[in-house]
Amino acid sequence: MATAEEIARAADQRDIRNRWYLSAPAMLTIFFAAVGPLAIVLVYSFLTPGSYGDVKWQFSPEAWVSVLFERDIFDDTLSLAGAHMSIFWRSVKLAIVTTIITLAIGFPTAYFMATRSEKTRDLWLFLITIPFWTNLLIRTFAVLQIIRNEGIVNTVLMKLGIVSAPIQILYTDVAILIGMAYVYLPLMVLPVYASMEKLDFRLVEAGYDLYASRWQVLRRIIFPLVKPGVIAGSILVFIPAIGAYVTPSVLGGGKNMMLSNLIELQFGQGRNWPLGSALSITVMLIVMVALLVYVRNAGSQEVRHG
Amino acid sequence: MAKSFSIRHQPGFTTIAAVCFVALYMPIIVLVVYAFNEAPSTSEWGGFSLKWFQSASQNAQVIDATLRSFQIAAIAATLATIAATMAALATTRTPPYPGLTFKYAMINQPLMVPEIVTGVALLIFFSRIKIFTGYSGLGYLIAAHTAFCIPFAYLPIRARLENMDLSLERAAADLYATPWQAFRRVTLPLLWPGILAGLMLAFVISLDDVVITEFVKSGGQDTLPTYMLGQIRRGITPEINAISTAFLLLSVVIVTLFFFVSRKRD
Repeated sequence: MATAEEIARAADQRDIRNRWYLSAPAMLTIFFAAVGPLAIVLVYSFLTPGSYGDVKWQFSPEAWVSVLFERDIFDDTLSLAGAHMSIFWRSVKLAIVTTIITLAIGFPTAYFMATRSEKTRDLWLFLITIPFWTNLLIRTFAVLQIIRNEGIVNTVLMKLGIVSAPIQILYTDVAILIGMAYVYLPLMVLPVYASMEKLDFRLVEAGYDLYASRWQVLRRIIFPLVKPGVIAGSILVFIPAIGAYVTPSVLGGGKNMMLSNLIELQFGQGRNWPLGSALSITVMLIVMVALLVYVRNAGSQEVRHG
Repeated sequence: MAKSFSIRHQPGFTTIAAVCFVALYMPIIVLVVYAFNEAPSTSEWGGFSLKWFQSASQNAQVIDATLRSFQIAAIAATLATIAATMAALATTRTPPYPGLTFKYAMINQPLMVPEIVTGVALLIFFSRIKIFTGYSGLGYLIAAHTAFCIPFAYLPIRARLENMDLSLERAAADLYATPWQAFRRVTLPLLWPGILAGLMLAFVISLDDVVITEFVKSGGQDTLPTYMLGQIRRGITPEINAISTAFLLLSVVIVTLFFFVSRKRD
């Protein structure tokens, strides 16, 4: 005869099984239309490019070699691929600078929002959320119209007589930077604000009671307490920035490529799918490293609080 | 008397916040204003006119892309919301069980991988299937959109479920409701605001997508965003401003609805 314990365990087993059935549609969809194909990218990165795109089923490490190196066409010697290196470097640099800019603007903004009265806070939050959910392409296009030679920035500068000829911002790295900082700013403000909202201002008061200056309070009390939000925001900005496609294609023109444009090129005119695949895996590795840094920091944060 | 000392004040922060909000909205406002420009340029003002809205609404390519966008977003958001609701029911209100962490990881995966990488992966995978089956319809785009919409639909549904305890469902069971009746009459009505919020988020996310669509679409399958990207690359006309304005208006309406639905407490 089954004991009460066995019956309970059987019920638990049944519950877990049902929970698997329930989650099956989501799991299968994500597996077939998101996760699974990533494995194919890895396989493709070790194949030989076909003459008209696609691949030949022949093993070759060449794609991975050419991620970083160039093979001399005469004597087969390898040298660092200047073009690829400069695109790598530009992508990483622009992603990091974007993160710093959004933090420099987003941190004070989140602080401002969190120090408003309960009632108006929702309104400020709403004002940040609107751009967050509006189309990224449209927001990039809006930036394009502002910074181009005939745009409002240059027109105002010329009217004021500060410059005599329009400054060329569009199709430069600065344009990409402005565009990315603009489109990813809400991604920084929202998590920082979420941390800031929970901030206990009695601690700030205690700091002032102990003769701390405003700067000391900011650096020693506020910043450490909202650090999880700052880290989350930095990750949320850095990840889409390193793989940004729309912003560099619209604002960077053809010359100022970022990694995603280089990848696209391999699947288009470049007709080198293995190289495109190897570059994609590389982008993913960079993102994974960033996520690991985040997980470690978030982990240690909890240990300290706990 | 000394000026009162506010512990909440930090020098310069309010100024930066003001600059931030102005900077966030200024480009969008300029874009909208020039959509109503009579002159065929986006740099000089030629008077108020609705002609760009008129020409956009008569442009066959725009109509075609808009209808396709809505079709994909409606189907993908619905499928994603159904899958996400089921997944949320399966992953909340339970003690940890083997595979739970795996499920979280799977559901959040589309948020972790850069879009460009997913785009490339799907391009390769779907091009194989296309050769194999000969099918090249909208199914691929719908599948891709459904997958990346699931985590967005999941978030508000899960948040809602976590605030509901099981006592009402237990009470229903005590009153001889079958599990299905308990779900249909108790869980679903309570969960409804979360589901609606998830559906709206998924719809907006699908409607906005550029990168994955750009890689997955076959010839002649432009959605509104990919059509606009193509146009912007070729040079800009106020017609794009008009389309953007209409698009923005729609997003703002949906987001406002979302805000009220997800904030509503009962």
